[in-house]
Amino acid sequence: METVYTDLLCIGAGLAGERVAIQVASAGFQAICLSIVPPRRSHSAAAQGGMQAALGNCVMGKGDSADIHFEDTVRGSDWGCDQAVARLFVERAPEAVREMAFWGIPWNRVVAGKSTYFMGGKQYDKVEDRQKEGLITARAFGGIAQWRTCYTADGTGHTLLYTVDNKLVELGVTVHDRTEAVSLIHDGETCIGAVARCLKTGGLRAYLARATLIATGGYGRIYRETTNALINDGGGAIIALDTGIIPLGNPEAIQFHPTGIVPTNILVTEGCRGDGGTLLDVNEERFMLEYEPEKAELASRDVVSRWMIHHIRRGLGVKSSYGDHLWLDIRHLGPQHIKTKLREVEAICNNFLGVDPVTKLIPVRPAQHYTMAGVRTNKDGAVYGLAGLFAAGEAACWDLHGFNRLGGNSLAETVVAGKMVGEKIAEFLQGHEVHFSTAVIRDRVARDREKIDRVISGKDGHENVYDIRNAMQDELMERVGIFRNGTELQQAVDNLQGLYERAKKVGLRSNGVGANPELALAIRIRGMVKLAICTAYAALHRTESRGCHAREDFEARNDRDWLSRTLATWKEGDHLPTLNYEPATKVEELPPGLRGYGASKIIGGN
Amino acid sequence: MSRGLRFNVFRYNPEDGDSVPHSDTFFLDETQSMSLFIALTRIREDQDSSLQFDFCCRAGICGACAMMINGRPGLACHTLTKDLPNEITLLPLPTFKLIGDLSVDSGTWFRSTHEKLESWIHTDKIFNPQAEEERMDNALAEDIYELERCIECGCCTAGCGTVNMREDFMGAVALNRIARFMLDPRDERSEREYFEVVGTDEGIFGCMGLTGCEDVCPKHLPLQKQLGVLRRKMAWSAVKHWFRFR
Ligand SMILES: Cc1cc2nc3c(=O)[nH]c(=O)nc-3n(C[C@H](O)[C@H](O)[C@H](O)COP(=O)(O)OP(=O)(O)OC[C@H]3O[C@@H](n4cnc5c(N)ncnc54)[C@H](O)[C@@H]3O)c2cc1C
Ligand code: SF4
Ligand code: SF4
Ligand code: FES
Repeated sequence: METVYTDLLCIGAGLAGERVAIQVASAGFQAICLSIVPPRRSHSAAAQGGMQAALGNCVMGKGDSADIHFEDTVRGSDWGCDQAVARLFVERAPEAVREMAFWGIPWNRVVAGKSTYFMGGKQYDKVEDRQKEGLITARAFGGIAQWRTCYTADGTGHTLLYTVDNKLVELGVTVHDRTEAVSLIHDGETCIGAVARCLKTGGLRAYLARATLIATGGYGRIYRETTNALINDGGGAIIALDTGIIPLGNPEAIQFHPTGIVPTNILVTEGCRGDGGTLLDVNEERFMLEYEPEKAELASRDVVSRWMIHHIRRGLGVKSSYGDHLWLDIRHLGPQHIKTKLREVEAICNNFLGVDPVTKLIPVRPAQHYTMAGVRTNKDGAVYGLAGLFAAGEAACWDLHGFNRLGGNSLAETVVAGKMVGEKIAEFLQGHEVHFSTAVIRDRVARDREKIDRVISGKDGHENVYDIRNAMQDELMERVGIFRNGTELQQAVDNLQGLYERAKKVGLRSNGVGANPELALAIRIRGMVKLAICTAYAALHRTESRGCHAREDFEARNDRDWLSRTLATWKEGDHLPTLNYEPATKVEELPPGLRGYGASKIIGGN
Repeated sequence: MSRGLRFNVFRYNPEDGDSVPHSDTFFLDETQSMSLFIALTRIREDQDSSLQFDFCCRAGICGACAMMINGRPGLACHTLTKDLPNEITLLPLPTFKLIGDLSVDSGTWFRSTHEKLESWIHTDKIFNPQAEEERMDNALAEDIYELERCIECGCCTAGCGTVNMREDFMGAVALNRIARFMLDPRDERSEREYFEVVGTDEGIFGCMGLTGCEDVCPKHLPLQKQLGVLRRKMAWSAVKHWFRFR
């Protein structure tokens, strides 16, 4: 079998994986990135709205600072984040934006003089400072006090990913695209790489590395309705959980985005509302003002999503053959604005809905969007439980986002954490020698190969992998969605456990030869169901409401008992994860308090 | 009554010794807002689970799903069946190496193109984390973004007569990429250096200006205009070059 040696193995070549690889390669080490798709097709490219950093250049962001960014982030997280991490992050975000400018991002810039903007459907004037002309500008986003979201039209993720990938090419870092990691190689203490399957030929390869990074992005595809790409099915979280040692942080923390289009769940950016778009109901009336008089459409995502579902449940949604939905209205922003600043939105509506947003309303409904959940790391990006293993980006629970990520904070996280974790890995590599035990490697590869052979031959059964995946997605969507309660969650756990047993009996209908897509899913399915169970089970046990986790039977945020982070591990042979808890944060710069939006029932702490 | 659709899909799995290139036929009833993404996924899940094709974002932004749709290159995820006749023929993109069925290896091709073009900002400056960013006119930033929007789907390459005749021709996607860097003051490469990259028959002088590329670009990039600008600049550069070396 082909074996590849390297200093750093990056599993994932989205923004986080590549940014780490660049840092490590710049320090003189060899890095190899794996990716399911060519790196520029990673889902980072889909981010439209922008990236947060307190530059304070535009007039609406005047006086902005790392401190205000910090408070927004902690409030947004509903005090679920690690405040030491949030502090590190906000301090370094401005530098990251500027570095990206230096590498070639065409950030939109301040244009001096008078211009107009919309807020909540009304037009206002602003005058940009002449002294700031040509500096990086920013736009508004939900849940933030200042205009802080730096952007390139509505293709911010695209320009970031292309620019970072350019840098990677410049440094000559190797990428093995169409390569999917299927397991981590470790001896219970140290990780020494991964086994991966080539998605061109179907063959297995062993990658042996002195350090390994998980940067596989989010795993929205465990839900039926998600804004995530098709490849976001949790590869990194699965191989971590499979070790039986590594915990997932807060698996119950799953964000929904208010504006997925109906029916395909493609996201239209928060920038629509940031720029003044409004949400309307069946009577074409604004309803967010009623629930959130102050922030209205610009309250944080979890809050807006909940009110939308609440409003639909009151019977004020728009009926359609794809279920009830609401409207997003950006018509008043005018063709000029829509065609330049919200161009991808315009294209999405026209191409996928046949709706022109300049003249028509856009059908929207909340859809799964972001996994705050992830492979738990410390603030250096080192994964709990195994030496030599790191994680960054959406795949990681670093934990900047707690129970709700702020829009624009995750692109920023990929490059800020990417750089910092890269620095830490470079330090680690300086002093770290590993012993590549051939027995451990041989055993790992043999087990992966056997699993694949059994699935191909149908030795364990003939369950249809697509049926299982669909049933799992429905289960999460119906019972572990925006509103949750004990009865439904218990039901979900039970049903998912049934699916887990069936997932062990998957057999292919095709021959499994070469880059067979059915086989790729069959290899992953057990792990996906495990992730789904972790989500439902951790949600069942968290008997409070916090951020995106809204329990109908426990409506209050409970700081007395639940200022904590769930850590879920899955021991080999078990049917359920083991849940442990750690304090959400050791440093408490900003004590728990009111968020300023959303429901305000709080059970006090000390 | 919904339409019955007939799909003729190219099939070949190079990894399978028993496989030979052929076409398979599948039938589906059309549903509302059906895209080729929905159709192909249904075929794979219900009829033939070995069918290979590439979708990633399913939102027209990642460039993974380009294929020949009734003879024309396009993004399958944003092609709606209602815009096509009852009979739909799907082939993989030409010019890229076939992985299987409708899936091609665009990643390797693009990586080697980036290397050839040195598609990054060339500068002698060193990043200073403490310093304010260099200023840029917003209009210029927008002009750069306009060219940066390319999603590297490969449709233009597939639609280009020259690429189909000579394998080493860079194609519009590469020339557009270079035009993007030429526009960007942060890239300190001289005209001469750009000339060395694209001032050849594999580059701009190979382009016959047939507009095949722009017609099929799903992002509607202004490729003709860029090729024209590049051609003029590089021709001028060629003249200067010629005098200098006499
Ligand atoms: C539609 C949309 C819009 C968004 N808009 C914004 C925004 O405006 N602002 C913002 O801040 N955030 C936004 N986000 C979130 C943000 O884009 C992501 O959180 C971020 O880009 C994730 O980057 P990443 O590098 O962690 O992961 P990704 O970019 O998803 O990269 C994951 C990488 O891992 C690889 N991979 C996965 N599994 C495996 C495996 N098993 N083996 C090998 N490789 C593997 C993939 O091929 C890919 O290269 C948005 C997200 C979505 C879905
Ligand atoms: S103009 Fe014609 S020859 Fe030139 S790149 Fe476009 S399609 Fe090819
Ligand atoms: S220029 Fe257009 S057609 Fe060509 S690769 Fe880019 S987006 Fe695709
Ligand atoms: S799947 Fe991404 S462009 Fe079609």
